[in-house]
Amino acid sequence: MSDLSMSAAGARIYNRRRLANFLGLAFSSISLVIGLIGLIWILWTLASNGLAALTPDFFLKNTPAPGTAGGGMANAIVGSLMIVGFATLISTPIGILAGVYLAEFGKNSRFGIATRFFVDIMLSAPSIVVGLFVFAFAVATVKHFSGWAGSLALSLIAIPVVVRTTENMLNLVPGSLREAAFALGTPRWKVSLAVTLRAVRGGVVTGVLLAVARMIGETAPLLFTALNNQFFSTDMSRPMANLPVVIYNFAMSPYEDWQKLAWGGAALIAIVVLAINIIARLAFSSKTQA
Amino acid sequence: MTSISIDMSKSGASVATNGSSAPTPEAALMIRNLNFFYGKFQGLKDVSLDIARGKVTAFIGPSGCGKSTLLRTFNRMFDLYPGQRAEGQILLHGKNILAKEQDVNLLRAKVGMVFQKPTPFPMTIYENIAFGVRLYESLGQRDMDDRVEWALRKAALWDEVKAKLQQSGLSLSGGQQQRLCIARTVAVKPEVLLLDEPTSALDPISTTKIEELINELKHDYTIAIVTHNMQQAARISDFTAYMYIGELVEFGETNQIFIKPTKQATEDYITGRFG
Repeated sequence: MSDLSMSAAGARIYNRRRLANFLGLAFSSISLVIGLIGLIWILWTLASNGLAALTPDFFLKNTPAPGTAGGGMANAIVGSLMIVGFATLISTPIGILAGVYLAEFGKNSRFGIATRFFVDIMLSAPSIVVGLFVFAFAVATVKHFSGWAGSLALSLIAIPVVVRTTENMLNLVPGSLREAAFALGTPRWKVSLAVTLRAVRGGVVTGVLLAVARMIGETAPLLFTALNNQFFSTDMSRPMANLPVVIYNFAMSPYEDWQKLAWGGAALIAIVVLAINIIARLAFSSKTQA
Repeated sequence: MTSISIDMSKSGASVATNGSSAPTPEAALMIRNLNFFYGKFQGLKDVSLDIARGKVTAFIGPSGCGKSTLLRTFNRMFDLYPGQRAEGQILLHGKNILAKEQDVNLLRAKVGMVFQKPTPFPMTIYENIAFGVRLYESLGQRDMDDRVEWALRKAALWDEVKAKLQQSGLSLSGGQQQRLCIARTVAVKPEVLLLDEPTSALDPISTTKIEELINELKHDYTIAIVTHNMQQAARISDFTAYMYIGELVEFGETNQIFIKPTKQATEDYITGRFG
């Protein structure tokens, strides 16, 4: 019966490998813990400082004058909803159709390659640059800030996200499904929209949701476009209150009431973004089939 | 290359290479001097044969011999891929379908194809069938219901799905999905059915069901089937074409090919001496 033990040289190599394995595992675990600590710390701070401020008044009353107690963020919440809402309406169809073009028609064309390149650049464009661009384009020209300019700036940030996700999802569709549609005599545009896009609609919706989550928290573009508004307003052609800019102003102020409201706003944004991400993941995992 | 539009009536001359003197049935598709290229590589070399109407023609041969390539020229599936091109003629009703003027989508509505991998659309079972029909016909709700039922009956799937037409096509088993694809192809009432190894991804019971289906369907459709399973070809086809490295080696009635092939190469393949 042969012996299962190793030679001395074999044992050395084996032990070295075991050590490397252990070190690798240890370092990745430590990194994970560090990352998680950071995340949990942020969420804990937001919760402990901000949750207390999320009273019914927070949602119903407008931003107060400095130094006054009470008040809420109603105008900022509604403003954010409107600005982000319109930005979503603008960016979703443009982004999806562009993604369809890139995946179905623009694989090798020069136009497709150039578009993909620019989308990648826009994806990592600093949001303040986007804000300044829209400022020069849509605010300085008409000499006033507006909710529309804010929506425009947010769309420019969201469109590359939607384009990229849509294109990536469509590239996952097997060629056999497309061929089956073509084999019936389906014209090309219909194959793209009614079959291929339909096959990945779950993933595309996820992409849109993630773009929305991103838009909700963007501050810099809104600083130069929608600005802010002390009062409740639903007029998109005038400056509009919005959560990120209000938080920015209130947090840097010396007034405790304002700071408390700022924490509340930050906690609200964090909760909403978390919720959107979780919903997107749950919805996607059940829709991978059809 | 002149166009050969011979009237292939029942008493007409035969262009089959089997050398037999039996009258050839009417041809649905006539392939003349077909050459096919993947870029620089030649996949088909000077292929000529007739696909008989109302009969099953099987294409057999080892991997890479060009049988799927040949099948995919019949509905110009290669058009989807730049770099693939065909030269020669394929005549459907006397017109060359390889010509530029030929509307590819109309061609594909007349020449349907079922693939090796079942590919139901991401829609309900009903919609899977209705999708193709809607492309070229506008039927009222009642007529569409009838057509869907007719197609599913033709594919021997109706009894299994009639209670769940609104469920996703992807919820069916593999064999059922393939029959759904057959129903979908049949629903648009094509003239020719191209089957590219339709049962190679299925279990033996589903395979048997589909082979019975093919026997039924051939009364109404011309069928061309590619199969790497020689026994399947022997079971269900009327005519068999043996291909090897892009060439059509032998073509004739199935009985004759399998019992007394005229070429040694054919006999070697059929008896399993290589392959």
